[in-house]
Amino acid sequence: MENGSSGFIERPGSERQWYDLFSRGARDWLRHNDKVRAAVREQLPELIAQTDVFPRADSTVQVPVRFLEHARFRLADSGQGEGVGQGDGKPGDMLVGPKERGESKGVGGNDEGGYQFVLELKVDDIVDWLWEELKLPNLKVKSGALRNDDYAREGWSRRGVRSRLDRRRSIKEAIKRRAVQRDAPAFTDDDLRYRQLVHRQRPSTEAVVFFAMDVSSSMTERDRRLAKTFFFWVVQGLRRQYTHIEPVFVAHTVEAWEFAEAEFFQVTGSGGTVASSAFRKVLDVVDERYDPSRFNIYAFYASDGANFRHDRDSAQEALTKLGNIVNYIGYVETASSAQQASSTETSVLFEKLQSDTGLAGRYGLSTPESVWDAIRAFFSQQAEMEV
Amino acid sequence: MAETLQSYAGRFESLAKDNGLDYYPVQFEEVPSSFMMEVAVYGLPVRMPHWSFGVRYIYQLIQHRMGHSRLFEVVFPGNPGRAYLAGSNSLQENVLVTAHVLGHADFAKNNSLFKRSQEQVGYRIVELAAAHARQIGAAVELHGQTRVEQVLDAALALEAHIDTVQELRRERYPHYGENKRGSLRDDPFHNRFEGLPGSRTPIDAPLERVRAPIPPGPERDLLWLIAEYAPDMEEWERDIFLAVREESFYFYPVFACQIMNEGWASYWHARLLREADFLPQNDYLDAIKTHSDVVRPHAAEQQVSLIVNPYHLGFSLWEAIVEEHGIERAFQIRAEDDDFGFIRNYLSQELAEELELFRYETATDGSVRVQEHDIHALRETVLAPKYNFGVPAVLARHIGTDGSLDLVHEHATDGRGLDLDKAERVLDYIHKVWRRPIRLETVDSDGNTKILDRA
Repeated sequence: MENGSSGFIERPGSERQWYDLFSRGARDWLRHNDKVRAAVREQLPELIAQTDVFPRADSTVQVPVRFLEHARFRLADSGQGEGVGQGDGKPGDMLVGPKERGESKGVGGNDEGGYQFVLELKVDDIVDWLWEELKLPNLKVKSGALRNDDYAREGWSRRGVRSRLDRRRSIKEAIKRRAVQRDAPAFTDDDLRYRQLVHRQRPSTEAVVFFAMDVSSSMTERDRRLAKTFFFWVVQGLRRQYTHIEPVFVAHTVEAWEFAEAEFFQVTGSGGTVASSAFRKVLDVVDERYDPSRFNIYAFYASDGANFRHDRDSAQEALTKLGNIVNYIGYVETASSAQQASSTETSVLFEKLQSDTGLAGRYGLSTPESVWDAIRAFFSQQAEMEV
Repeated sequence: MAETLQSYAGRFESLAKDNGLDYYPVQFEEVPSSFMMEVAVYGLPVRMPHWSFGVRYIYQLIQHRMGHSRLFEVVFPGNPGRAYLAGSNSLQENVLVTAHVLGHADFAKNNSLFKRSQEQVGYRIVELAAAHARQIGAAVELHGQTRVEQVLDAALALEAHIDTVQELRRERYPHYGENKRGSLRDDPFHNRFEGLPGSRTPIDAPLERVRAPIPPGPERDLLWLIAEYAPDMEEWERDIFLAVREESFYFYPVFACQIMNEGWASYWHARLLREADFLPQNDYLDAIKTHSDVVRPHAAEQQVSLIVNPYHLGFSLWEAIVEEHGIERAFQIRAEDDDFGFIRNYLSQELAEELELFRYETATDGSVRVQEHDIHALRETVLAPKYNFGVPAVLARHIGTDGSLDLVHEHATDGRGLDLDKAERVLDYIHKVWRRPIRLETVDSDGNTKILDRA
């Protein structure tokens, strides 16, 4: 019916599925959503504030987003407009009052900015993006001192217990032998092969992370938030490395206590700061529950830097002891200025440890942005230590 | 149902031809509503992929779910023309739609803007657009989604920035400007000296050739200019720009004749229905009811409406024209005019009063007041959104020897400057394909010259 007369195209039922091929609208919509996700990546840091420090792997963050707009050249909005309407109206008649319109505007479907939708992002995805974004190194499991004993199958032996007989392998041996021998017997004892086990040591993939925080009255709400953000990202980074991580939270003033996560960030203590109490508490917990030969141990300590002067020696002693059993110990100082950070009581302790073991680091957190610098510094340092 | 409809369609066709309608054959096809919705979003059944269509699709879906929009039919001009009827139409609705489609088909064959665009773009726009979609799909395979999207971001943003006065297939600008000696010849002062003994210009002196600037004058057709003169674009990227431009040439008459075209189709479905003595009474009544739903003024439910239904406006205009000037004159108008001529010449004071049209203004506080009933103001306000394909006049003024692009917004024509936020973003799109410095001149809200640029 190319150029002939007009007519109806009838598609038989089987062919009507043909129209299902036209799902271009949905396809382009999905593409739009991909672009939204990409745009959301750029404002990641703000998103994180919503989550727990230890989200489950499948937990999500909900982000309200607007539709993307494909920009075109448009005239500036003068705030005024004109148009032609229809109906019984005399010059000067007020059709829409000033307020009325303002109210209805939010509901209006014509306004293309009007609709919002909620994007659900997996925390894991966010972390992956962030690693890409900040070009953070992926840590490798340390193959150093930490070992787990294990038996692994390796090779074959001519002797062994019956239960480890490898039949397939034995038959192969027999076939090989028969191929070169004349009038060979079907099987001989020499054909038998037994699976062999060897004693192996594997690097441990378990880690324990201690988060110690000074909760004395000098730590402000802002200081805690900075510390929390830093802790969050440290955990995310370590989770990429270790299959299993156990967090331990320790808060201290002049004494130290272990807390559950939910309480940890709410705790407020009064009184002064004795850092050694926290270090000793960590050492105690390690002794009780985390054998340094099985666990990778990380410890992070957040404080505003103030520590009682009389505690200096005992803190240094505890810290040195701790420094010898951990993979790494980090100190985040939530002081508001960098100069101050270099001279505080606590930072002096860590600087000494750093020069002694090389397994310690000190990070200043003065602004929310500085968290990223600290994270980057921490993971870059970790990556360097691997080399 | 299909058989009944087919027999009706056949009778409508002979009725239409008796009445002087003249059209290429039309292929009718009933399609699911999902298909209709995509046509409404993309403007064509198969069109290039772009995320911005996805956004429009969702809006359409929401509107559809809320029951705000109902599409009965979509017609594509060409030979043969194509008419898609919504599968959800009842028989009676389809009776009306069939007659309506014949009006569109007649318009598309005879209106000069439609004719011109079909002569240039071809008579098979549906297939052409599908070919473009394939071409762009292949480009995605070859160069990756991100790169193709970058080109489409720019090309589709400039979709309406074409110059339909020019040909679709345009020659590049001449390399050289007018040569100087030729112009001097006609200069009597110069000729006086030429006449003096010993002052003759040697005949064999080499021609002084001057390279013409690019463009020689301000260029409206940004899609063409970029496709043709971008200093650093791959051939496949230029092809995408030209594909978008080709579709824009198709869309222009649809845009520029919307009131006429919808009015014409409505006029004819009403007239054909009136004359269709073969329709059973009930079908006729139902079809007429659908007709009045379609061409009903938006103001019918409320006292006053701030939007004029183009079907209603066009329909009323055509009825008045036929009544006053006769059907032959109407045929001539549908062949020669677009909405500008149609509204300016035939929307009379009396008709405007009968339709109760008024011009209103929205103040900064959001209040809306009726301003006047003056017919000139009414006409210009109806037409205002239709100037320049509905977009601000952004022209290319010059391409520098370093490949830099100088754009200028004719703010005097448009009355105010560009939305700077959006302009910045469009500039970003263009910069990703132009890849050399770009400069755009417009004015800010205080009327001071404002220059946006990209290095």
